[in-house]
Amino acid sequence: MQMTVEEKDTDKVASKSGATRDIFLPPERQRVRDGGNPHVMAKNFSIFYGDFEAVKKVSADILSKYVTAIIGPSGCGKSTFLRAINRMNDLIPSCYTTGTLMFDGEDIYGRYTDEVQLRKKIGMVFQKPNPFPKSIFDNIAYGPRLHGVKDKKVLEEIVEKSLRKAALWDEVKDRMERNALGLSGGQQQRLCVARTLAVGPEILLLDEPTSALDPKATAKIEDLIEELRGSYTILIVTHNMQQASRVSDYTMFYYEGDLVEYAPTKQLFTNPRDQVTEDYITGRFS
Amino acid sequence: MSSVAKKPSTGASGGSGRERAIDIVNRRLAKRYRVEKRFRFYGLCSIIASVVFLAVLLTSIVGNGYTAFFQTYIKLDVALDATMLDRADPGGSDYQGIIKKSINKLYPEVEDRRSKRELYALFSSGAAFQLRNTVMENPDLIGTTVTLWVPADDDVDMLMKGHIKRDVPESGRRLSDKQLGWIDRLAVEDRIEKRFNVTFFTAGDSREPELSGIWGAVKGSFFTLLITLVLSFPIGLAAAVYLEEFAPKNLATDFIEVNINNLAAVPSIVFGLLGLAVFLNFFGMPRSTPLVGGLVLTLMTLPTIIIASRAALKAVPPSIREAALGVGSSKMQMVSSHVLPLALPGMLTGTIIGMAQALGETAPLLMIGMVAFIVDVPGGFTDPAAVMPVQIYLWADSPERAFLERTSAAIMVLLAFLILMNATAVVMRKRFEKRW
Repeated sequence: MQMTVEEKDTDKVASKSGATRDIFLPPERQRVRDGGNPHVMAKNFSIFYGDFEAVKKVSADILSKYVTAIIGPSGCGKSTFLRAINRMNDLIPSCYTTGTLMFDGEDIYGRYTDEVQLRKKIGMVFQKPNPFPKSIFDNIAYGPRLHGVKDKKVLEEIVEKSLRKAALWDEVKDRMERNALGLSGGQQQRLCVARTLAVGPEILLLDEPTSALDPKATAKIEDLIEELRGSYTILIVTHNMQQASRVSDYTMFYYEGDLVEYAPTKQLFTNPRDQVTEDYITGRFS
Repeated sequence: MSSVAKKPSTGASGGSGRERAIDIVNRRLAKRYRVEKRFRFYGLCSIIASVVFLAVLLTSIVGNGYTAFFQTYIKLDVALDATMLDRADPGGSDYQGIIKKSINKLYPEVEDRRSKRELYALFSSGAAFQLRNTVMENPDLIGTTVTLWVPADDDVDMLMKGHIKRDVPESGRRLSDKQLGWIDRLAVEDRIEKRFNVTFFTAGDSREPELSGIWGAVKGSFFTLLITLVLSFPIGLAAAVYLEEFAPKNLATDFIEVNINNLAAVPSIVFGLLGLAVFLNFFGMPRSTPLVGGLVLTLMTLPTIIIASRAALKAVPPSIREAALGVGSSKMQMVSSHVLPLALPGMLTGTIIGMAQALGETAPLLMIGMVAFIVDVPGGFTDPAAVMPVQIYLWADSPERAFLERTSAAIMVLLAFLILMNATAVVMRKRFEKRW
């Protein structure tokens, strides 16, 4: 596992020669590959906003059932990369991608990939809690209803299960018909997690889920991630390095569109290979 | 901290040494308050000015118009002589003759033709129609004497309402001294009085002010606006949703957007000319009808509705869209179950404002013949009809003094409808508005 700046610089040469050499290889990579497919694989994956290359030729594998944190200064492309995984960037007209991004062996940006199906499997929770202006029940039941669940009993079951998973059930079970906007910010965010879980995703994308919350609510969300670890592949974008080190198994560090370093969280925070990474995690810039 | 304080201290307060930032803030505070106070004062002034103008407008309209809601009637005893009426066919009789006979009986001393004509002129020509309707409704009345309150001529009405002055010389008056004498006698005999003007709310237009009413125009406006609403709301909504949510952002859609904004500012008479060329001349639709009027007003209202609807769609926060897409809804599902319900209040408001604009529109309708003098109350979309603003325009153009007050009264009716529509818009917005 010798991941250094020099190796990063050889990337271009490597791809030109056609060799499929993987850089930023996490240590367990070999093992995971032997055991099964990594959940999301990026290869020379770039994202453009018009002429601006927001994410530059990223090649990385995201491992199934692990929590991967994405850190980096503002505007480094971490959110863009996350939103690319379930094609949320499609909403931005000038955005396009090059390279490949695979999910379960399927090209996410492939011609025949249905983004609606994709988003069912890859759920997302956003920076700002965004419940629908509807009742709590309808918020959770909206996804399953979309995907054809009509039976009221089944719906109720799904809602309860999702709310329990999101550690919100006890707080809201008596007011399921109330408007979700009446909940506190932290509760709203957990409701959003529950809403995503109700659809039965395989991957959870969390885009700075705690940046709009107070420390107490943040702790609850972190507990929730701990709870969900092992059941879902979780990617979390965060500005908070303590949070990344607390909740994640692996950490990606982005800087100016480059994936500078991708390593087990402990290793990245205690023994970064890259000078930029070290500068960032020690707070020399942010 | 000190660098903040240093800069101004060298300027305003001279050499007073170091100054704390809070002092500078305090010094500026009075000025800031003054600016705010002045701004509030200007705002208040403009509000007061607009309220005064509105009050002047309303006072002048109401002051001129409220008298139109009352009309002078004269009591007439009509002997329904069986020899003059055909029981089998009561409709074909000479009711004008019967009325004249009754008038003669009231004033037996008037004998020469000229005076008689002056006498008959006190009564509206509508009296004969009223008598005819009474007899047609109840033929058993033939052979008896009925007491009828028949409308007086508009000149008598104007005299009763004080618009014709008695003190001007006879030559400058529309009523002669003789006529004044007869009217005075009617008043003494309690045969003349002002009553609520039902005709104004039930009749169509007429050359005789006392027989004219707004109902024809109200119905014409209703049919026209119904066509406009039924066409422009769905088309405008669909266009706005497509442009805002589904259309690719490219040169073509930019071009369309510019054109829509332009169309909203095109003088409405141009739409009238378009309607004349396309709907009347090319498609050969019937002129002066609510159908064509509605189509023309649809063209005029569409840009307003599209622009308002697009603004409402834009105001839906992107987080809601992301949330819907994030749980795997298609774009159509996202729009129909989240975006549209949230944008609907704004869309409805825009539509009603567009409709209110259409209700008050005259110019394009002149072009398609809705300015014609139409007596009948329209019964459908293809009957010739007038609309309220055109009716106001026609009456305002008429020389009779009695049409002046009817013009104001018609404006009051139009304003009432506008207030009703705008109030509906406010209520709807309150009702459907969701907060987040």
